[in-house]
Amino acid sequence: MPIFLVRRFLAAIPVLLTVAVFVFLLLRLTPGDPAAIIAGDMATPEQLERIRATLGLDQPIIVQFGTWIVDILRGDFGTSLISRQPVLNLVTDRMWPTIWIGLITIALSVIIAVPMGVLAAWKQGSWIDHLVMTFSVLGFSVPVFVTGYLLITLFALDLQLFPVQGYTPPSQDFGSFAARVVLPSFTLASIYIALIARMTRASLLNVLGEDYVRTARAKGLTERRVLFRHALRNAAVPVMTVIGTGFALLISGVVVTESVFNIPGLGRLTVDSIFARDYPVIQALILLTAGIYVLVNLLIDISYSFLDPRIRY
Amino acid sequence: MTVLSVENLTVAIDDAKGAEVVRGISLEIAAGETVCLVGESGSGKSVTSLAAMGLLPKGSLKTTSGRILLDGEDLLTLRPNELRERRATRMSMIFQEPMTALNPVMKVGDQILEVLTAHTRMPSSEAEAKVTDILGQVGLPDIERMASSYPHQLSGGQRQRIMIAMALVLEPRLLIADEPTTALDVTTQKQILKLIKDLQTGHGTAVLFITHDMGVVAEIADRVYVMNQGALVEDGPVRDVMSNPTKDYTRKLLSSVPSLDPRAPRPPRSKKPTLVVSDLNKVYGGGGFLKRGAETHAVKDVSLELMSGRTLGVVGESGSGKSTLARCVMRMIDITSGGVKIGGQEIGQFGRRAMHPYRKRLQMVFQDPYRSLNPRLTVEQSIVEGPVNYGMPRKEARAKAAELLDLVGLPTNALGRYPHMFSGGQRQRIAVARALAMEPELLVADEAVSALDVSVQAQVLDLLDEIQDRTGIAILFITHDLRVAAQVCDEVAVMHRGRVVEMGTTRDVLGNPQHEYTQSLLAAAPGRDWDFANFRPVAA
Repeated sequence: MPIFLVRRFLAAIPVLLTVAVFVFLLLRLTPGDPAAIIAGDMATPEQLERIRATLGLDQPIIVQFGTWIVDILRGDFGTSLISRQPVLNLVTDRMWPTIWIGLITIALSVIIAVPMGVLAAWKQGSWIDHLVMTFSVLGFSVPVFVTGYLLITLFALDLQLFPVQGYTPPSQDFGSFAARVVLPSFTLASIYIALIARMTRASLLNVLGEDYVRTARAKGLTERRVLFRHALRNAAVPVMTVIGTGFALLISGVVVTESVFNIPGLGRLTVDSIFARDYPVIQALILLTAGIYVLVNLLIDISYSFLDPRIRY
Repeated sequence: MTVLSVENLTVAIDDAKGAEVVRGISLEIAAGETVCLVGESGSGKSVTSLAAMGLLPKGSLKTTSGRILLDGEDLLTLRPNELRERRATRMSMIFQEPMTALNPVMKVGDQILEVLTAHTRMPSSEAEAKVTDILGQVGLPDIERMASSYPHQLSGGQRQRIMIAMALVLEPRLLIADEPTTALDVTTQKQILKLIKDLQTGHGTAVLFITHDMGVVAEIADRVYVMNQGALVEDGPVRDVMSNPTKDYTRKLLSSVPSLDPRAPRPPRSKKPTLVVSDLNKVYGGGGFLKRGAETHAVKDVSLELMSGRTLGVVGESGSGKSTLARCVMRMIDITSGGVKIGGQEIGQFGRRAMHPYRKRLQMVFQDPYRSLNPRLTVEQSIVEGPVNYGMPRKEARAKAAELLDLVGLPTNALGRYPHMFSGGQRQRIAVARALAMEPELLVADEAVSALDVSVQAQVLDLLDEIQDRTGIAILFITHDLRVAAQVCDEVAVMHRGRVVEMGTTRDVLGNPQHEYTQSLLAAAPGRDWDFANFRPVAA
């Protein structure tokens, strides 16, 4: 296991480096000049030139890239071209709402979806199964922003159970925090509940046909024990894979959800900085996303070896 | 004293039509008795046993009439939780596949312990002591390590011992064993059969033993029930049934059991060998990123020669390297060192492109006819694919396919049909036809009849014999079954841990084995003292 971890960390370096190169080039090849955006419509060519020089944009691309990488290795992600604040501060400020919503979403999805899938598999072909499957199709096909607005109309405007928009940090006022994260989290979770419930059902159905499930029944165990003790853990590996990839995909869902619910998180920061061509911020955000992907994948792989003793690294 | 009594049991498919798969079966087993339920696939023997355990797959099979009495209590009238209480305490079951019958993510000791916690209120120290005790009884070494192992860390034989321990830990009155040794090697099979017998004598358990293998029946049964297509054909004490079968079906079943008496070698058709394998080695594994993978030396210094018109058997237990040898000869995998010559041409080091013209000359028939034919291709498409690939005009190839089907004894109208419309035996005939379409010089048959019932097995073996007579093809016949080897092979090579330990004419090797390992293989062959085809013990 320790060797495996070291190898995986080493393997992450080329991945992140490749991402860095792509992001850097992609941004510089897309049309749009941050200097022009900063200077405004009335700027003279000399003013533009001066702004470019202060931003370092007049240097050759290779030099810009080198400076950027060296700075990152020193822990300096540069300063925002627009707000002139250090990128690191921007990101850490906006990180928490997103982290909270992400974690709550994942927790909600797993807590709701796994029992749903188990129930559907256990009662295969019954109305419960059909209900779960119908919900899955709906949850998967309705876009996040539609779900978001539907929930707002129903629970915030009509029933007035939750606030419409906004965010309060939990340290400031936990009640307000809790009330404000419910709707965004459910909105985001709708997709993952659908996905995970479906996967749990399919995986469990597979396992319920296995010989060892018949053995467990032949031992005179109760159905509940057969289901939870013998079948579910064997069904867990594919479900874990979906949860992991789902977590990684969460990042794109967050962008939309944060816009709908007006939450000052990383999703909003991403959108804003792309419109402003704020290169250092975009680069840092994409690198961060890639890093999270790599880390989540590693965690999933490690979880496999806990779920299934046949998997050893 | 009767432990299990099945009266007029009928099991039907649980749908509107309700076709019956078991029709009016009655049988009885007394304490301490071993009763074999024998029959070919689809005879309803497993269904009967699952009905007794109340384990028929829900929604697809149901009992429609009859009674199943365990110590006088009708199991079919019990409520689900009452029936559940009877399992493991009064009746237990062990299954065919020890590889899949244990939960892979749970330690085997815990899996046995679970039986105790589900059915007794034993304190945990007492329960653990009982687990240790039963593991000792089933003859497992190093009990503590065994108990804390996961199933994948154990061999097939060890897993089946765990299953037996789990089934017998609460000393049930009845043990149902559904083909418990079919997936095991003969030497392991012998040990497991002895273990079941010993435990049975010790505990006075009644054993219902389900098998398709007449050799096993001869070895362990007190009485035998023969089933065919859901109905009981014949029953009686085992000696009576085997020496004086009264029904045609039983006679046919017994006569199909291949004899261990080896065939006489046939003269080779020519002086030049079709296949020459010299000092062949195959090492799997090695390599890897930052760390060297573990290596397995699967085939070690194997040399053999096969003449046209002859059959060379490669026999051995699982893991002996016989399938790896077949793959090397077929050049489906790269060989590590040594040579493979086909018709005098060395092909051992040929790459993909150089190999192409030789592929046609080597063809293979695989073990599992259910998985070796593409289910989306018609029989004709499967057969013509090869020849067309080697430039035969499609029209000619199709004519040839029709001819070949006739040769393997299938009607020509089978050409447009798909594999799932055929039985296992018919599929294996199709697989043979497909291989022959290439007009190969060498046919490699890897356990080609192992998945088939004895009567069907006999037909496929006859077919191979006939084709060999007609075309002079050389056959490399990989099998674990000494009976089959004795019947079809002119020569055999016995493999053990990657090496050929003994080689010669079948008559010499099986008739007068020299190597210790060959001797132990022969000694483990079940029913070796019985001449099934002639309904009498083997003349000494």
